[in-house]
Amino acid sequence: MIVFDGVEKRFGDHVVLKELSFSVAPGEHVTLIGPSGSGKTTILRLLMTLEKVDAGTISVGGRYLSHIERGGTLVPADEKHSREVRKKIGMVFQQFNLFPNMTVRGNLIEAPTRVLGLSKDEANVRAQDLLDLVGLGEKIDAHPTQLSGGQQQRVAIARALAMRPDVLLLDEVTSALDPELVAGVLKLLRDIGESTDITILCVTHEMGFARDFSDRVMMFDGGRVIEDAPPGKLFTDPDHQRTRDFLQAVLNH
Amino acid sequence: MNVWDWNFAAEILPALLNGLRVTVIATVLGSVIAFALGLVLAVLGRGPRPVRIVVRGLVEFIRSTPLLVQIYFLYFVLPGFGIVLGALTIGVLALGVHYATYTSEVYRAGIEAVPRGQWEAATALSLPRGRVWTGVVLPQAIPRVLPALGNYVISMFKETPLLIGIGVLDIVGQARQVGGENFRYVEAYTLAGLLFLLLSYPAALAVRRLERRRAVR
Repeated sequence: MIVFDGVEKRFGDHVVLKELSFSVAPGEHVTLIGPSGSGKTTILRLLMTLEKVDAGTISVGGRYLSHIERGGTLVPADEKHSREVRKKIGMVFQQFNLFPNMTVRGNLIEAPTRVLGLSKDEANVRAQDLLDLVGLGEKIDAHPTQLSGGQQQRVAIARALAMRPDVLLLDEVTSALDPELVAGVLKLLRDIGESTDITILCVTHEMGFARDFSDRVMMFDGGRVIEDAPPGKLFTDPDHQRTRDFLQAVLNH
Repeated sequence: MNVWDWNFAAEILPALLNGLRVTVIATVLGSVIAFALGLVLAVLGRGPRPVRIVVRGLVEFIRSTPLLVQIYFLYFVLPGFGIVLGALTIGVLALGVHYATYTSEVYRAGIEAVPRGQWEAATALSLPRGRVWTGVVLPQAIPRVLPALGNYVISMFKETPLLIGIGVLDIVGQARQVGGENFRYVEAYTLAGLLFLLLSYPAALAVRRLERRRAVR
């Protein structure tokens, strides 16, 4: 369960998110859409503690991300607390961000061995299973630079799953891919969505994917959620004119 | 009397080679200190603000004062605090610390060249801070800056003659000594220069090759 409560985020004078409150149920798939600069990616980055909230709180699984309760009031938590909470959260980035100094195997076993305390053997088994799942079983000893963008992104997805996260954040994961590689990665995500009960938050411009992958779609504009509905409703019969304009613009491009 | 006397040149060569040995030792040990301390300074330079300011100030201070002054300072001031070290040790320390401020800048550039996404991916995987440095950032940053570090080793090699100021008999120290004993300086300083050239030129070529290899990759 993810809860945003009165979250505000500023970059200098620019208010990116204001008074944002919403929650996501366990296992739910939520897609965030909206014009660029509307704060969608910032939400994922806040959840991953790559950014800090300026006001309000975020909790995941009943624990505050960057606050702890002390004597009935909330005080900022230290880095250790944040690291503990975010172990349960995984993220896949637009630019893959695989570690180029490691093999595919190294990328996959690094965090499970160092953070979760798995043995090398356990981590290797997990890595091989996940690579088989993403269809790259034979690439385990390849270097990231030898892989195509689509393959790198599959490895990045496997790397995030290797931590067995409760929450998976997908930040425009197909935006940097060549068009012919997009479909394969989206299919993989659909499979993962169906075969696991991971809570997934997804920022994407792939409206077709958003429509059949999500339980809920949230439309952002100017740092606020202006519409929050199941995809069937939001894509066919949106309440807001802004949503209609946005969908028209992305669907007709 | 000839300007150049081959017999005399052959006679003083062993002394000069002895000096070369000292020069190489000073350069190698100085480099080890410069590489290690420079790395520490570069990493601390990205630490919390107070640490950053202290490191920054220290680096600027050392870079803005002449190496020769630092060598004299250590040599004449440390004993006042009860620390008595050999001249060569002092020389190695001075060279190492002085060059560490330069290598720290080199490392800093290498660290900054590692994309932000790498830090973010490491954070997303909850890797401990130390492991982010040793497992992700430095293995990417250091290979990139090896040629620049190599150039500083060559610079340091050519600056070791400053150590004759505190009595270290490096190549130039030996040249001055054997020259002075015989009132013949041409052979001594020519050979000293040649010995420097013999090492620093191939080293420079090696660095250039390393640079090209990195550029291709």
